[in-house]
Amino acid sequence: MSYIGKSVKRVEDKRFITGKGNYTDDIKLPNMTAGIFVRSPYAHAKIKSVDISAAESSPGVVKVFTGEDIAASGINGVPCGWQVNFKNGDTMKEPPHPLLVKDKVLHMGDAVAFIIAENYAQAKDAVEKVVVDYENLDAVTDPEEAAKGGAPLVHDDAPGNVCFDWELGDPKDEVAAALANSHHVTTLDLTNQRVVPNAIEPRSAIGHYEDAGDKFTLYTTSQNPHLTRLLLCAFVLGIPEHKVRVVAPDVGGGFGSKIFHYTEEAMVIWASREINRPIKWTAERSESFLTDAHGRDHKTHVQMGFDKDGKITALQSTTFANLGAYLSTFAPAVPTYLHGTLMQGLYTSPKINVDVTGVFTHTNAVDAYRGAGRPEATYQLERLMDLAALEMGMDPIELRKINFIPKFDGVNEPGYATRVALQYDSGDYHGVVDKALEMVGYEAFRKEQASLDNGKLLGIGFSTYIEACGIAPSAVVGALGARAGLFESAQVRVQPTGKVSVYSGSHSHGQGHETTFAQVVADRLGIPLEDVEIVHGDSEAVAFGMGTYGSRSLAVGGSAIVKSIDKVIEKGAKIAAHKLESRVEDLEYAEGKWTVKGTDKSISFGDVSLTAYVPHDYPADLEPGLDFSSFYDPANFTYPFGCHVAIVEVDKETGQVKLKRFIAVDDVGNIINPMIVEGQIHGGLAQGIGQALFEGTVYSDSGTLMNASFMDYSMPRADDLPNFEVDRTVTPCPHNPLGVKGAGEAGCIGSTPAVVNAVIDALWKGGHEVKDIQMPLISERVWNAMQNGSSN
Amino acid sequence: MNITTKVNGKEIAREIDDRTMLSTFLREELSLTGTHIGCDTSGCGACTVLLNGKAVKSCTVLAARVDGEEVTTIEGMSNGSLHPLQEGFKEEHGLQCGFCTPGMIMTAADLLSRNSNPSEQEIRESLEGNFCRCTGYHNIVKAVQYAADKMNG
Repeated sequence: MSYIGKSVKRVEDKRFITGKGNYTDDIKLPNMTAGIFVRSPYAHAKIKSVDISAAESSPGVVKVFTGEDIAASGINGVPCGWQVNFKNGDTMKEPPHPLLVKDKVLHMGDAVAFIIAENYAQAKDAVEKVVVDYENLDAVTDPEEAAKGGAPLVHDDAPGNVCFDWELGDPKDEVAAALANSHHVTTLDLTNQRVVPNAIEPRSAIGHYEDAGDKFTLYTTSQNPHLTRLLLCAFVLGIPEHKVRVVAPDVGGGFGSKIFHYTEEAMVIWASREINRPIKWTAERSESFLTDAHGRDHKTHVQMGFDKDGKITALQSTTFANLGAYLSTFAPAVPTYLHGTLMQGLYTSPKINVDVTGVFTHTNAVDAYRGAGRPEATYQLERLMDLAALEMGMDPIELRKINFIPKFDGVNEPGYATRVALQYDSGDYHGVVDKALEMVGYEAFRKEQASLDNGKLLGIGFSTYIEACGIAPSAVVGALGARAGLFESAQVRVQPTGKVSVYSGSHSHGQGHETTFAQVVADRLGIPLEDVEIVHGDSEAVAFGMGTYGSRSLAVGGSAIVKSIDKVIEKGAKIAAHKLESRVEDLEYAEGKWTVKGTDKSISFGDVSLTAYVPHDYPADLEPGLDFSSFYDPANFTYPFGCHVAIVEVDKETGQVKLKRFIAVDDVGNIINPMIVEGQIHGGLAQGIGQALFEGTVYSDSGTLMNASFMDYSMPRADDLPNFEVDRTVTPCPHNPLGVKGAGEAGCIGSTPAVVNAVIDALWKGGHEVKDIQMPLISERVWNAMQNGSSN
Repeated sequence: MNITTKVNGKEIAREIDDRTMLSTFLREELSLTGTHIGCDTSGCGACTVLLNGKAVKSCTVLAARVDGEEVTTIEGMSNGSLHPLQEGFKEEHGLQCGFCTPGMIMTAADLLSRNSNPSEQEIRESLEGNFCRCTGYHNIVKAVQYAADKMNG
């Protein structure tokens, strides 16, 4: 029976819909204590003194640690996992991120003390009794301001607050000359505002030291427990890796924010040994706002040149990327190799230069958030395309089509080499656009738009995108500064009865791996889905893993599973040949059995499995057992693409935007479970639309995060969104065994510019030639844009 | 203080700290960890339970408040077989990470008890106190429609 391509209902659902999920905060260990951090209310301040005496004697308090204790223990802090070099070759500035700050806090929420008490309420009481004497200092939160001379310094050894400067593509002067010779140049100054991932499950970590075996267990809300273990052991605490077990049980959403190794994880592990008891820390929502790595926060000046026919001539993109006060695990990679390399989009641009300055500010760290760099690149390109079409009086789809890279499958035609370091695997960009236009009813829409007369302006916005995912070939990312490989591992253990346990290094926190991976295994082995179990998230069960992010689980983790299955079938064939008294080359494997070609002689998968573990009548030169591990390192990134279309209505009187329709046609390669893929697209769309219309941090001049709660930070709710109209084309990935590309980020990458473009289009149709409105497009901003006409 | 309450049909008597929130009481005292805490400020709805049949956000209800009252949590929704809402969430792929799911199901249960045949817009409006960050709500709406259809026979 075939499972590939079927919308199999999820096997993991039962525990979640019955309240039996097992999230980190649900775990109770005997003798467990509760930990709470005392956090700075200031963005930039000297710590003159920390008085913990009253807290220490507060009822139920077990122990209070301060930055002095951490400094005395010799712990330097949490490291960064990706190194970017300055243009001149110097290494980026890399100040350590301490577990607790001793001298100077650098962002609101920086931790200064850790209180451990018998229970949460007692720890909470004691927090109030810690007296920290701060000397408040001037702060800077905007990356462009921070990089100007004279701004308050975040780190003394990072002059001008610059972490690195970086460049990719053609020489700047050649791009400038091409722009100068262009028939038309479209220019935008864009702020891709800072957003908060806000997984609904707050981060949580339990540190459990057991002195009997000198062993540690960390339960944590992580997208990649093995990498956390590696960083924690080798770089933060210097604990032998085999003495630490990291478990990421059910995890309630990540969206990037749970990729990284956080200081709190190291704190609970270190402190649990100090007090020899388990400690649980769970973030409050306001703490999540202040300390979960944020996303985006780019300020960009971008120019695209066109010839008289609308062909792109050149692109210059210059960005100040906010990294926050400390470097999170993958922070330097996001605005550079995950952003600059995507700046060609789907187009045959002849000249491109991308210039990025990574900047420290007195804010929480910024790192990968769903899409990570690719939404920032797409936002520039796709805003430029729709605006250029308006400026030049062209149709936005026609403008794109004349610039599209022609169709290529990556097999008969080679991959497409861009000017910014990538080799696209396969693509058919006209296909997604044509399908989307058909779904929209484009011609009819334009007629309706022109005739609408109800106090509203109707607008349509387009976005086409390409992303690099299936991250990533280890040698390539290593050359680009990654301090880790980005392969994946999988063990396929066939039990004697023919049931199959798969141990995957990919982590599922909503993606449905327990179903999708099982479909792959059941399909390839020709066995019932119920006979397959997927295990993940425990470093003691799974040999190794690089985790889930960058839409990589199926493309990389799934491919590792396929490799192991192939080994199982190969060995199984030898056993089958022996039992059938045949030759291996005379056998074929299908529907769960080996058959001697052209005969009815066959042996089932279950009989072969049993023989492997009860090897009484067995090939002399073969080991018993049927259990294989594989590591899969991809040959290239994968390159999903798509076309997104937003239709909005703007109220002329109030500027209120209503999203009327959203159409997404995505090509994510082959599909194992369409239901799950569509779910991934839906979720991505909601987050991308959220950035366009609702979300964004507000920092005060002094560095206070003003909207650090769900009462102040707006996110899409059920009645803010329409039903999505989602469809797909299929262009298989030519370089992995499943032909899959990845679907997790697509929705979030394509949707944001489509929505903003739609509002701009509506305003132009109303006679307001506005070039840009700062996201989120709240009614006040849209109304102001209409009042100010083209002056933006 | 002492409270006596009925949770998922069972009589419970406990001595609690006066300030204990219902969410904490359910999770810590009764180990009913299906009720999740996403924000502690009534913003996300992950902690939604039924209090005398009506949806409340248990993170901002004192446990003392349920003395003499009746509470239903996600664990009390299935008796042997899945509730139509639980079935709907599975059939329509109305959940991904599962963290908001219990709160969504309890909120939808309240809706369906008041309105057995809600429109899409009514479903969306009734769920606006519950955040989901995974699904974009698309399939959650379908899940509630599935349950309504099933309950209406």
